[in-house]
Amino acid sequence: MSKAEILGNIRRGLGGKITDEARATVKNRIQAHAPNLIPARGQLPAAERLALFINMARESAAELIELNDLADLPAALDQHMQSLGITELIMAQDKCLTSLDWSPLQNKQTTQRVSQVGDLASLTTAFLGIAETGTLMLYSRAESPTTLNFLPDTHYVVLRREDIVGVYEDAWNQLREETGGQMPRTVNLITGPSRSADIEQTLQMGAHGPRQLVIYLI
Amino acid sequence: MQIRTPEFKESARIALHDVGLQKALGNVKNGFPGKRAAAMARLPEFDALRDQARDVKNHVIAHLDLYLEQFEAKVLENGGHVHWCRTSEDARQTILKICREQNARTVTKGKSMVTEEINLNEFLEQNGIQPIETDLGEYIIQLRGEHPSHIIAPAIHLNLEDVADTFHAHHHTPRSVDPKVLMQEARERLREKFAAADVGITGANFLVAETGSSIIVTNEGNGDLTQILPNTHIVVTSIEKVVPTLEDMTLFLRLLARSATGQECSVYNTLSTGGRRPGDQDGPENFHVVLVDNGRSDMVGNDFQDMLRCIRCAACMNHCPVYGAVGGHSYGWVYPGPMGSVLTPQMIGIEQGALLPNASTFCGKCESVCPVHIPLPKLMRHWREKEFEKHLTPRTARWGLGGWAFMARRPALYRKFSALSNAALRLMAGKKGYIRKIPMVGAWTDWRDMPAPSGKTFMQQWQEKQRSGH
Ligand code: SF4
Repeated sequence: MSKAEILGNIRRGLGGKITDEARATVKNRIQAHAPNLIPARGQLPAAERLALFINMARESAAELIELNDLADLPAALDQHMQSLGITELIMAQDKCLTSLDWSPLQNKQTTQRVSQVGDLASLTTAFLGIAETGTLMLYSRAESPTTLNFLPDTHYVVLRREDIVGVYEDAWNQLREETGGQMPRTVNLITGPSRSADIEQTLQMGAHGPRQLVIYLI
Repeated sequence: MQIRTPEFKESARIALHDVGLQKALGNVKNGFPGKRAAAMARLPEFDALRDQARDVKNHVIAHLDLYLEQFEAKVLENGGHVHWCRTSEDARQTILKICREQNARTVTKGKSMVTEEINLNEFLEQNGIQPIETDLGEYIIQLRGEHPSHIIAPAIHLNLEDVADTFHAHHHTPRSVDPKVLMQEARERLREKFAAADVGITGANFLVAETGSSIIVTNEGNGDLTQILPNTHIVVTSIEKVVPTLEDMTLFLRLLARSATGQECSVYNTLSTGGRRPGDQDGPENFHVVLVDNGRSDMVGNDFQDMLRCIRCAACMNHCPVYGAVGGHSYGWVYPGPMGSVLTPQMIGIEQGALLPNASTFCGKCESVCPVHIPLPKLMRHWREKEFEKHLTPRTARWGLGGWAFMARRPALYRKFSALSNAALRLMAGKKGYIRKIPMVGAWTDWRDMPAPSGKTFMQQWQEKQRSGH
């Protein structure tokens, strides 16, 4: 009932009947999903795009560590976790992570599950990086549960250099391609660690989400 | 929320004398405008994006029915539910029904002004369900039994000391004035609540027709914990939030954070589309979108249609001298500042909301910073006209305006009268050149002195100049 009333009211305001032309306009706009004005900032050749991503991610207070090879990740994590006194790393059954040789983790363990209250650190991969704002794009699926992105104190993220796009428009197109146009349940765009300025407008890091976001650029 | 808008004048008077509030309001004036300006300066395309955003919104409003239908179809396709609610009461009942189906005892909430608008928290409490606000600012004011005084910084009316007192009283912890410690306390206390909640309620910044997604834009991550941990996620939002495509949403995202907090981008922009998929190991099973109308569909095609473009960035209030002087609570209902002065009369009725469109200096700052070019001063003037038509304007003001209109239509008489009043005002001012009091406009002269007209009237000067050939 409410639906008919609301739509009827809108139609009255718009001056009556729906025309075929209006239907076609809406359909075409959605099908075309054409970009609007894209800022020049993100439209760069690969090397500058990478530099922009690194700058913007650091500006957002993410820690960014460059590695030559994914195989170097366990040792790098061992060091970082050591400095924070973390002994357990929660990660998903993401083959590209689980297949690594984790023996460099000394006196620490990896656990494969979703995240729970109390977890100190998680490790995930990012689907893409967006240079324009230094943003990570992750989306929910069996090998990427969303809780890993929010509950732990420290979120470690692996991003491959070739997965950095310039602007959001590129990211949406890649996501459409990757998922066959079927939006995943959750798409997370993450730019830096959690923060709040709700007390006297003074910025404090680590509100409810991760206090630290560490990006390993491979 | 109780409507206290008719008491605007009294509330504003008290606010002006509230030392703590005045100190806190300094944080608005000294913070947001500068940050917005800096963010704008870093994006040369900012103004061009604003023009496009206005045009896209106008296109959406002109096809609002079709985009809403398309959005609904996509949500259903992804296994979600859409509930259309004409009034606040419809929305409250719908939400209660969903909560009851889940046997919900506690509900966590991300920041949402629409749930303020429909007075959801009080209603849930009355029905035995405990709503828990999880945004830090919202959490603070919920403990204090207050309502947001700003649409993106709900606790902006408070100082550090106030928060320290509130947490000390409610958390039974030693009183601390370290914002870090205070935030940590809130973080720890809310962690268990996130996990224990049966239902999570968030708002939405935009709804994407192309995909049936809703998006929340936040910095804390509380909205995400609110929606991924419980079994049911309810998005409570309003019909004007729909945009056609992900690309269109991107256009608005580029404007929203910069206009609001001056950030290049908020920390968490999260899209939600339907419930858990096969293979997903976490996330809610059930996904509901409650689409609230509450007077918005009436604005399509009326004088206030432009207001439907609003993306709730708060730039207008951050730059408003009236908001900056009296704060959000003085406005007496959910939406403060210039956008509130236009929306409130539409939602609670001009009879109750009439004072707000009058609480403006018409400096035009709000319109100049609005990312979607809403002509806020013009819309406030429309309300004043409606107020006048409905005979809600105070009698002295009506007489004054009536008298002025009579004269304005008789130029010769007008000129004589203005020359005469000029002389009279000069006489009243005496040697000092300032008038301390003018009958019937005490509301103005009680606070300031009026400079006496120093020369001749405009018409006198014009004629003299014409004659002397300048
Ligand atoms: S009216 Fe404009 S400036 Fe004010 S909140 Fe809405 S979009 Fe922002």
